[in-house]
Amino acid sequence: MTAAAAAVRRAWSAVQTLPRSARIGASILLVLVVVALFAPLLSPHDPNAVDAGRVLAAPDLAHPFGSDTLGRDVLSRVLSAFRASLAIVLGAVLVASIVAVPLGAVAGYFRGWVDQVVSRPLDMLLVLPALLLAISLIAIVGPGSLVAGLAIALIYLPILARVQRAAALLVSGLGYVEGGRARGWSALAVLRRHVVPNALGPLLVQAAILAGFAVQIEAALSFLGLGTQPPTPSLGLMLADGRDVLTQAPWVEVFPGVAIAVMVFGFNLLGDGLRRHLDPRGLAS
Amino acid sequence: MSGPALRLDRLAVRIPIGAGRFVHAVDQVSLTVPAGQVVGLVGESGCGKSTLAAAVLGLLPPGSEITGRVLLRDRDLRGLPEAEYRRLRGNDIALITQDPAASLDPTFPVGHQVAEAIRNHQPIGRRAARQRAVELLRTVGIPAAEQRYADPPHRFSGGMKQRALIAAALANEPAVLLADEPTTALDVTIQAQILFLIRDLAARIGAAVLLITHNLGVVAQICDRVAVMYAGQVVEQGTARAVFAEPRHPYTRALLDAQPVGHDRHGDLPVIPGRVPDLSAPPTGCRFAARCGSVHERCATAPPTVALPGGGEVACWLHADRSTVGP
Repeated sequence: MTAAAAAVRRAWSAVQTLPRSARIGASILLVLVVVALFAPLLSPHDPNAVDAGRVLAAPDLAHPFGSDTLGRDVLSRVLSAFRASLAIVLGAVLVASIVAVPLGAVAGYFRGWVDQVVSRPLDMLLVLPALLLAISLIAIVGPGSLVAGLAIALIYLPILARVQRAAALLVSGLGYVEGGRARGWSALAVLRRHVVPNALGPLLVQAAILAGFAVQIEAALSFLGLGTQPPTPSLGLMLADGRDVLTQAPWVEVFPGVAIAVMVFGFNLLGDGLRRHLDPRGLAS
Repeated sequence: MSGPALRLDRLAVRIPIGAGRFVHAVDQVSLTVPAGQVVGLVGESGCGKSTLAAAVLGLLPPGSEITGRVLLRDRDLRGLPEAEYRRLRGNDIALITQDPAASLDPTFPVGHQVAEAIRNHQPIGRRAARQRAVELLRTVGIPAAEQRYADPPHRFSGGMKQRALIAAALANEPAVLLADEPTTALDVTIQAQILFLIRDLAARIGAAVLLITHNLGVVAQICDRVAVMYAGQVVEQGTARAVFAEPRHPYTRALLDAQPVGHDRHGDLPVIPGRVPDLSAPPTGCRFAARCGSVHERCATAPPTVALPGGGEVACWLHADRSTVGP
């Protein structure tokens, strides 16, 4: 058996030991990611094609989700918006994690003044209300999906860094960290080899839970006109459009809403399941 | 390359505890550990045994003050640049800690951690390191070492973990092995096996072993020499046989009396009354005076170190009539 096959087998047996909620959440997300990857192939129509004859047309076989105020196919738009939304959310959480892991690990491992220098500025970020922070950043840089993603990353950075710091603090007191130093590793090597791998669990849990919230933040920013700009499809924008025609054509509002709900549900299930598995001490809030 | 493997010369360590205060964890300790011998360092919790080990490894908490000398084969390690010290750790000086369960990283296979200990100090490839690690695991008595190499730590029992850690510590054939309560966390039935394993393997590579423990039984089993520590100071040292047969210092005597061995199981065990002095403000004079049964007026000043026949030393006024070797 090759090393790659062994790794796959190990990963698979690790997945099987996860709690059921984590497996269901992971399955939902897996389906969502596949759908997002193949969204252009799956969508029956051009998401931006206006059809004056089909304004607010009810769902039928050719347009299973109906049409919106400009006669655009809601299914195609939901697929396209959903793909963009997932990319923004995952990108934002990934960027925040990549910055938070070294910051939190360094603060938790070295403690003392290093901790102060790293943690105090992050605490200052944490003081600002999340949406205010996002809206301020967008007011400075200008609206757009990339900026919305960055704003989410900025909101999450201090939260994730704190979780990582707490876990690193805990791990740093353990024998194998001290033992690593006694075996002649440098502080940075110990940090990289022992502290970070062992302190990653709570961060993963927190990241999964935050990703669920990020879906909502991204939708909220777009809803307010601060995120993705029209005509690019976005779940938040679609909610804003559909709100006006809710009574006549509920499908314009309901389907993007369901897409958001499914995404949030998937991330939360995964987060909750992972928590029991990776964060028994409850370091991730 | 002459001189004993490890020699401490009037080593003193002060550890900051905030607000400008210090704990005098180790005070004027002089100790010699010759190659191929096992020296026991005995004392109750908080007497500075583990701080002494950290001082030898150069891993004291930041802000600690250290005076005196730590000599590795006559080379003074104090003030060595960190990069050079790092080359010594795990290579010339190795450590075995008291909690094997916490000393192996749960995210990596056990054998891998032994192999990495080798690769950290020797320029050999992965395959060679792996082969060497398997050999080492076999040497420390891990059955089916080849298969066990890839097992994560949680598949190892406590005793097996400590064996693997011994393999990692001895991987680079260190000159000095610090064993800080290596059997405290283990089953009584395993303790003797581990101790003899440490002694035999250390003897095989000619390493000097400083065995830190609070267990006198452990010392009696495997040590050539013993140093008894109280409140940061060595109060008595000598060959294990001499110290056990004829303890001179009242503290050593009290320690030996407090051993459960040989006592009537229904009677109360003798205890040493009182508590260890506060080392952030150590008392002047003899530090054991407050708990000593033979205390008298001379004890208000620090006792001299008295040389005993047979190479031992005791720091007590009761023996001051003999020739003294120092203040």
